[in-house]
Amino acid sequence: MSGRARLVAVLALLAGAAVLPLFVSNFRLFQFTQVATYAIALLGLNMLTGYNGQISLGHGAFYALGAYTAAIMIDRWSLPYALTLPAAGLLCLVAGFLFGIPALRLEGLYLALATFALALAVPQILKYFEDWTGGSQGIVLSKPKAPWGLPLNPDQWLYFVTLAVMLVLFVLARNLLAGRTGRAIVAIRDNATAAQAMGINTALYKSLTFGVSAAYTGVAGALSALTIAFVAPDTFNVFLSITFLVGIVVGGLASISGAILGGFFIQFVPNWAQDISKAAPWAIYGVFLILTMYVMPFGIAGTVRLLVARRRRRAETARAATAPRAGTAKAG
Amino acid sequence: MEILVQQIVSGLATGGIYGSVALALVMIYQATDVVNYAQGEMAMFSTYLAWTMINAGLPYWVAFFGTLLVSFAGGVLIERVVIRPVEGKPILTIVIVCIGLLVIFNSLAGWIYSYIQKPFPSPFPERPIMLGVVVFGAHDLGAIGVTLIVLAFLYAFFRYTTLGLAMRAAAQNPASSRLCGIRVGWMLAIGWGLAAMVGAVAGMMVAPIVFLDPNMMAGILIYAFASATLGGFTSPGGAVVGGLIVGVLENIAGTYISFIGTELKLTVALAVILVVLVFKPSGLFGRAAVHRV
Amino acid sequence: MAALLEARALHAQYGWTKVLHGVDFAVEEGGITTILGANGAGKTTTLRAVCGMVRTSGEVRFDGRNIAGRATEAIVRLGIAHVPEGRGTFVNLTVEENLRLGAYGRSGQAGIAEDFEAVYRYFPVLASRKRQLAGTLSGGEQQMLAVARALMLRPRLLLLDEPSLGLAPMVVREIFRIVRTINRERRVSVLLVEQNASIALGIADNAYLMETGRMVQSGPAEQLRQNDAIRRAYLGY
Repeated sequence: MSGRARLVAVLALLAGAAVLPLFVSNFRLFQFTQVATYAIALLGLNMLTGYNGQISLGHGAFYALGAYTAAIMIDRWSLPYALTLPAAGLLCLVAGFLFGIPALRLEGLYLALATFALALAVPQILKYFEDWTGGSQGIVLSKPKAPWGLPLNPDQWLYFVTLAVMLVLFVLARNLLAGRTGRAIVAIRDNATAAQAMGINTALYKSLTFGVSAAYTGVAGALSALTIAFVAPDTFNVFLSITFLVGIVVGGLASISGAILGGFFIQFVPNWAQDISKAAPWAIYGVFLILTMYVMPFGIAGTVRLLVARRRRRAETARAATAPRAGTAKAG
Repeated sequence: MEILVQQIVSGLATGGIYGSVALALVMIYQATDVVNYAQGEMAMFSTYLAWTMINAGLPYWVAFFGTLLVSFAGGVLIERVVIRPVEGKPILTIVIVCIGLLVIFNSLAGWIYSYIQKPFPSPFPERPIMLGVVVFGAHDLGAIGVTLIVLAFLYAFFRYTTLGLAMRAAAQNPASSRLCGIRVGWMLAIGWGLAAMVGAVAGMMVAPIVFLDPNMMAGILIYAFASATLGGFTSPGGAVVGGLIVGVLENIAGTYISFIGTELKLTVALAVILVVLVFKPSGLFGRAAVHRV
Repeated sequence: MAALLEARALHAQYGWTKVLHGVDFAVEEGGITTILGANGAGKTTTLRAVCGMVRTSGEVRFDGRNIAGRATEAIVRLGIAHVPEGRGTFVNLTVEENLRLGAYGRSGQAGIAEDFEAVYRYFPVLASRKRQLAGTLSGGEQQMLAVARALMLRPRLLLLDEPSLGLAPMVVREIFRIVRTINRERRVSVLLVEQNASIALGIADNAYLMETGRMVQSGPAEQLRQNDAIRRAYLGY
């Protein structure tokens, strides 16, 4: 897709998203807000796992950290809602960076295990620090009302806020990943030793990527806390982290659009599965997952990329075959 | 003192179970670089199959060996039918397929058998056994015995049979194995079959203790991860030893350290994982990965 | 004598990259054929194509039967043993286990003990290191182990991929001497791919010259050895 065509497509999608609240119920809108929230979280994870090759099975922890930061700021300290997002982002940036440092020594399976252990510990830790987190009961929030007298109900307001945050963060990520930083991050994934030999400070980049990735997921967590207006330890269990992993693989690793596709998948496919079978919905979900991997082993975005590349190559070969050959008349 | 010995033996029994599941994980990991996240659920499903057979009136040991056969066949089938289409694809793709399997087995078990806990019989007598002045549960000793027999069988198989040698070769170097005429795909399938079998044994040994329900193996899988991490994912023997250590540690920590009640017992597993990964990621017996530049 | 191995219009590619552009060659029964060429000419790919390890189109006939498109394991079981580039030994298994695996693809179990003895006779150093892990052997010893493993198949055709690579001249001479002996004594046909042209032409009956995926010269080894222009241009001496 040419640059202009892509821009037109994106603008069309944005326009569609902007008028969506006029056509759907509040609940549907809530679901779409969740999609956008997940997309931000998935982009965070994708930066780390897809672009940088560090597998994390524990991003639910940063999601939880962001969510609880927002909840505590609002409920305990009555701080303005707007502050929660940057606060969550900053806190998770630091936490992610700090976690990224010991993670430097771990690779592949071992990093996955360490992050998996982290994810497992989250609900327990949240329940343990009751005074802060409200223990198993969690914290209840009230949804923010639209400011400046805008004619939007809370769900609609949150939808637009989430959409706006998503846009900003996505554009930021795109610029980051398309430039030198992105190339360095990918180089580290493909061959860390070579990258280091070329002068890239792999340790710094890896830890920073962890931090930024955590920050994105943390902001998403904060947004989800505002949208759902409730946080409780058991929502942030290991299954959440696994769901995020599913999201980025199905959506497409190392792909920004993949994050949005993945968000749609993890939000809606479980519901469809339930529509198909009330008795064993997760079995249907599992079948969906497996079939998706058969048909699109590189994720939706990855498969699209492959098909486009294949078509381009065929066009090139066809063009080369019919082009006039310079020199002798004999075929090569 | 007697309590300590009892706890140790009890710990060895559960440790043997953790080690068995860890062994299944390591076997598949060594051959494919993939951790089969569905290992626990497959074992749980096998145990339900055993329960069905026993409920139908079959004697315990008939059901036991019948389950082993069915599990082996099931494992082979799953590898050839479900995993084969993604063989050679990125590792995360295969991981997602395993997660799909996990979810399917768990859901199917809940649907077919309901989520109500069921008792599962132990083939070992109810009466405790006295050895010297210490009293042991017969099931604990029996479980240790069964685990040891299974491990001995596997060891002999891999060490002394041609098929076992071919499987080891296929796991280490698929390309060269093909040049020896080894059908690598089928070696993988047999590996999955054996892993499923080992998991089934673990499930049938643990069910009498924790009662049979679809989420029975979830916690055990985590302990298995801890065991494999401790022992080393590149060492089958290490995985088993890791399991034994984790089992004993968990029991002793639960008994003697007061704030680790039943809720925080899982923390022991996590602590093991994190400590090992911080100090020696390749585990006690594992070989550190050497990267060719 | 009919050719044991015959390739016609053989193309091969890795993914989207085409490496062989329609090559023809043949190995006579009982003979030694060598394919020479510089790095990147496509020699290794040729052997891989015979064994079904890369995507091919065209014809490969072994003993009259078309084997193109079949799985590597199946081709091996027909009696084609391939000693790959880099030896391909099982480094974490013992010498003896490596040899046992070589015999895995045989059609009959008879004669394995005999072949073990024969192989230890050709390569006495392996006999003395039977229980050692293959990874602890020297480069030359591993090359010998790789050839020995191939012999355990009791193959009719032996494919050798750059056996001289990374080895000292004396070791190379020894290995080539043994290959010639095996060819004579056990009537194993050989397809040898080599960069070291002089030593390859020393034992070969026929030779082919390959350049960027195409055969550019072929003929009896003597002919290629004596043709000055070819020698200087392609073989450098």
